[in-house]
Amino acid sequence: MNDPAALYQRVVLDHNRAPRNFRVVQPCTHHAEGLNPVCGDRITLYLDVRNARIEDIGFQGDACAIATASASLLTDVLRQRSAAEARALARAFEQQLAGHANEGDGLGPLQPLLRVREYPGRLKCVLLPWRALEAALNGDVAHTVSTETDADAG
Amino acid sequence: MSAPDPLLRAAPRLDVERVREDFPILRQQVHGKPLVYLDNGASAQKPQQVIEAVTRCYREYYSNIHRGIHMLSQTATAAFEEARGKVARFLNAPSEKEIIFTRGCTEAINLVAYSYVRPRLRAGDEILISAMEHHSNIVPWQILCEETGAKLVVVPISDAGEISLEDVESRITERTRIVGIMQVSNALGTINPVREIVRIAHARGVAVLVDGAQAVPRMAVDVQDIGADFYAFSSHKLYGPTGVGVLYGRLDLLKTMPPWQGGGDMIRSVSFERTEFAEPPARFEAGTPNIAGVIGLGAAVDYVTALDLRAIEAHEADLLRYATELVSEIPGVRIIGTAAEKAGVLSFVMEDAHPHDIGTILDGDGVAIRSGHHCAQPVMQRFGIPATARASFGLYNTRVEVEQLAASIRKVRDLFA
Repeated sequence: MNDPAALYQRVVLDHNRAPRNFRVVQPCTHHAEGLNPVCGDRITLYLDVRNARIEDIGFQGDACAIATASASLLTDVLRQRSAAEARALARAFEQQLAGHANEGDGLGPLQPLLRVREYPGRLKCVLLPWRALEAALNGDVAHTVSTETDADAG
Repeated sequence: MSAPDPLLRAAPRLDVERVREDFPILRQQVHGKPLVYLDNGASAQKPQQVIEAVTRCYREYYSNIHRGIHMLSQTATAAFEEARGKVARFLNAPSEKEIIFTRGCTEAINLVAYSYVRPRLRAGDEILISAMEHHSNIVPWQILCEETGAKLVVVPISDAGEISLEDVESRITERTRIVGIMQVSNALGTINPVREIVRIAHARGVAVLVDGAQAVPRMAVDVQDIGADFYAFSSHKLYGPTGVGVLYGRLDLLKTMPPWQGGGDMIRSVSFERTEFAEPPARFEAGTPNIAGVIGLGAAVDYVTALDLRAIEAHEADLLRYATELVSEIPGVRIIGTAAEKAGVLSFVMEDAHPHDIGTILDGDGVAIRSGHHCAQPVMQRFGIPATARASFGLYNTRVEVEQLAASIRKVRDLFA
């Protein structure tokens, strides 16, 4: 418990050091920014969605290792998936993070991120790109979502 | 003629091991490691003496103050007012009437903004602050500026995190209505030359508010020596209870100021035609205050006074020197805030690890630090970083704990590099 090595597994460190799909996608039909005002983390997701299918996906930003690895893994697993599948995966991931579902069910490469469950203070980091995904899919204009209530901003 | 004996002038030494026994919370393990609490800049832990003072109030003599003629109310009132006297002596304020109890340092600054500055402020007037201020010494002024059309003027900071007196002087104009300046920076550790700033401002007839939140736990403060017109601090950073702050204000200024909140305890007489307000400090203390909290603050003031602020200052200076030495040796670490005059705050960033990740890994070793922008986002922007990791020292920290901090930072380096 609370051994940082369990949280910062090799795959997480690797995705932080060399984030996948770290780029603005062209063309871009949907994009949204996720912002964590407490630490200043910022991640913008860019999607090219055609016929309800994510043809291309990328992200940019400046964030901690957990948020960066989460965004990198997110873009990796969602390319060429339908928007409905993306939403379902986001829901499953959040439920497992909250401990409401069996761990690891259908998460594939996202599974190492579940270790964040033991670090409640870092849940907002791992969720940051997922909140941006939700905002991006819900609107076709630019959105900014925050993982904090205003009172946390300091 | 013989020179004064340096030993007589030297600060008394702090017996840290004995002091630590006063803090029950420090006797615990975090994730199986002894707690190393280095987040004192955010809030300090409480000694047994403070905890007991609060408990004793509730167990033995608690009652509302300034009203009842019964025994408990008289005892509680006496204890509450005794705390006011302690704070006045602590700051070397000329009069107890100059000590106003608030909910915190933030509220103390807001009180000055609304009762002193706002009635004097016209469109085009200016409020001068520094670029290293905490949000609590920025936002109240921005709200006033928005409302009145006044302008917020900012003294820049150097790469080391210092402000120059020339920059202060050149920004004070005939339109400046107040200067707001922190004595010690929570994000950078810089000790500002507040005495000189007050001298410059007063030469131009401008009042100065000093935010002393990070200063009072770390150094002896004399408001008359500084010459501050207003001086604000919070109890919880001074080893006292949360929910209590102090505003010192020069009595001649307080007497000219309208109340900022209306209610009980701040009036002389009320009828529906007319209300006569009480004299300071009661005029600014509407409603039932945090009675036990104020009494606890009195105990905290007694506690640090008995240890001697000069001893605390020397102790923290030693910890800061040692920590700066050990941490700057670690490859990839950059210290943010390298002012010549610094108090016990060490902010840093690392090449490969985000402050949040640093905070998590240190926590795994039982080392509690702060990661974030420290409610000083303009400081972060100035240095082009989103956040820092910050270790801030208190009177109970030890050199061994500094070594644990450095060892844990090396672990971050090993994991991320």
